[in-house]
Amino acid sequence: MWILLLLPFIGLLWVPFYNFQEPALFGFPFFYWYQLAWVPISSVLIWLVYRSRAPDEAP
Amino acid sequence: MADQIEWVALSVFIFFFALVTVMGFFAARWKSGPVSEHLDEWGLGGRQFGTWITWFLVGGDFYTAYTVIAVPALVYAVGAYGFFALPYTIIVYPFVFAVMPVLWTAARAKGHVTAADVVHGIYNSRGLELAVAITGMVATMPYIALQLIGMGVVIKAMGLTGELPIIAAFIILALYTYSSGLRAPALIAFVKDTMIYIVVLVAVVIVPAKLGGYGVVFTAANDAFAAKGGDTGLILKPSQMLPYATLALGSALAAFMYPHTLTGIFASKSADTIRKNAILLPAYTLLLGLIALLGYMAYAANLKVTSNNDVVPMLFKVLFPSWFAGFAFSAIAIGALVPAAVMSIGAANLFTRNVWKSYVDPGISHAGEAAVAKIASLIVKLGALAFTLFLPTQYALDLQLLGGLWILQTFPALVFGLFTRWFRAEGLLLGWAAGILWGSWTAWSNGLKPLATIDLGGASYVFYVGLGALILNIAVAAIATVIVAWVSPDRRSATAPS
Repeated sequence: MWILLLLPFIGLLWVPFYNFQEPALFGFPFFYWYQLAWVPISSVLIWLVYRSRAPDEAP
Repeated sequence: MADQIEWVALSVFIFFFALVTVMGFFAARWKSGPVSEHLDEWGLGGRQFGTWITWFLVGGDFYTAYTVIAVPALVYAVGAYGFFALPYTIIVYPFVFAVMPVLWTAARAKGHVTAADVVHGIYNSRGLELAVAITGMVATMPYIALQLIGMGVVIKAMGLTGELPIIAAFIILALYTYSSGLRAPALIAFVKDTMIYIVVLVAVVIVPAKLGGYGVVFTAANDAFAAKGGDTGLILKPSQMLPYATLALGSALAAFMYPHTLTGIFASKSADTIRKNAILLPAYTLLLGLIALLGYMAYAANLKVTSNNDVVPMLFKVLFPSWFAGFAFSAIAIGALVPAAVMSIGAANLFTRNVWKSYVDPGISHAGEAAVAKIASLIVKLGALAFTLFLPTQYALDLQLLGGLWILQTFPALVFGLFTRWFRAEGLLLGWAAGILWGSWTAWSNGLKPLATIDLGGASYVFYVGLGALILNIAVAAIATVIVAWVSPDRRSATAPS
C-alpha cells in the first residue's frame, strides 16, 4: 500500500504530462484543474495507506 | 495608492489586532501548564496538541502571510511558473506522512526539542548538531523578516505610512510570545486561519462573479502574457518544465526541515496526530491554489500596480467594500504574526538546546532552558525587525531563497538516520558543507537566481540549485562514509536506532 504515496510525485513532477490548456473545465485550463485535482486525490491516497497500516502500540 | 488613511478598513483591522493580542497574553493559561518551568511547556506548548490544534498551528505557520502576498504576485508577473507552489505543497504530504511520525517518535522517546537534538541523539556528534542548529537559525531569520514585509504591504494599503505601525505590531508580538510561548501562536492560529478561509472563499466566488467568470479571468491573463512576451504564459514554456518540477520537489523536501514546521511536529500529542494531519492539511493547499489565482484576477480587473506585491491588497481595495478589505488585511497581518512567532520560538529552541546547553551551560535546569529560550526569542525577533528596517527588501528575499537551499542541506543528517545507521557523522558533515558551499556559490554567480545549469551530452539542463546541492551533498556523504568506515571500522557514536 505504501507505493500509493509515490503516485502524487509521479503525477505532478512529470510536467510534460499536464502542460496543456485543453481540455478546460469550468473555465480552468487543464494545467490548473489537473493540479488542483491532485489535492483531494493525494489526501485520499494517504488516507488509504493510513487505514491499511497497523495501529501504533499503546505508549 | 497609499495617500489617505482608510478609516473603516483601519478600524476593522485594529479590532482584530486587539482581539488576537488579548488572546496571545491569555494563551499562557490555556491548556494550563507551567510555561516558565520547562522548555517543553514554553517551546512546545506542553507536547499535547491534538489533531485539530496541530492542523491550525501547522497550517498557520507553513502557509505564511508572505505566501498570500508573494504567490499571487509571482503568478501575476510570470503566470504558470509561479504555480510551482501548488505541486510543492501537495507532494510534501506523502513525505510528511512517511517520515515525520518516525521523527516524532525518536524525539519523544528521548525528550528532544529540536532537529539538532535528534541528530545529536543519533550520531553523538557535536559538529553535526551545531551544523544543523546554525543552518536552522540562519535560514529562519530572513523568513521572519519576510513576514514583516508581508504585514507592511497591507498596512501600507490602508494608508498608514512610516515604520511605526510595524514596530508597534512587532513589540506586541514579541511580548506575548515571551510570556506565553508556543501556546500564543497556536491559539491565534484558530482566528487567523478561520479569517483567511473566509477571505479566500469569498474572494474566489465574488471576484470572478464580478469580473465575468473564470473563463474571462484566464483569457484576460492570457492576453496580458501574450502582449508581455518572454517566459510568461498560462502554461509552461518547454525550458521551464524542469525548473518547475525540481523547484516543487526541492521545496517540498526542505519544507519540514525548517525549525518552525518541525516545532509544530514536535509539539504534537502523538505520531498518529501527524499522520491524520498529512491527510487533512492539503485543505490549505487547495486554498493556496485559489489564492494564486488572485494574480490572474488582477488582469481581469485591469489593475495597475507599481509593485507586484501590491496585487492582492489592491484587488481587495478595488473590488470590495472598505470593511471587508479591512477584514482581509487583518487576516493577512495576523497571518504574519503566527509564523513569525513560531519561527522565533523554533530558532530560540535551537539556540537554547544546541548552542547554550551544549557549549555554555551543560548543567542547565529545565526552568533555566525556558528562561534562555524566552530571551533568545526576543533577540531573534529584534534581529528580524532590524533586518526589515535597515536593509533593502531585496536582501530579505535573496537571503530567504538562499535559506531554502541551506535548510535543504540538513535533510540527509536529519532524515537518513531515522531509517539507517549506515552513514557516518563525518560524512554527513562533509556532505552538508559541500552542498552549502556549491549551492551558495552557484546561486550567487547566477545573480541569486535559484536555478543552476549543467551540460550533459550536448544538451543543457536547468534545475533548482537546492536540489542539485542536495544530490551533491548525499554523494559526498556516501563517499566520505565509505572512506571513514574503511579507515576506522569501529564507530564511536553511541546509540542504535530504536
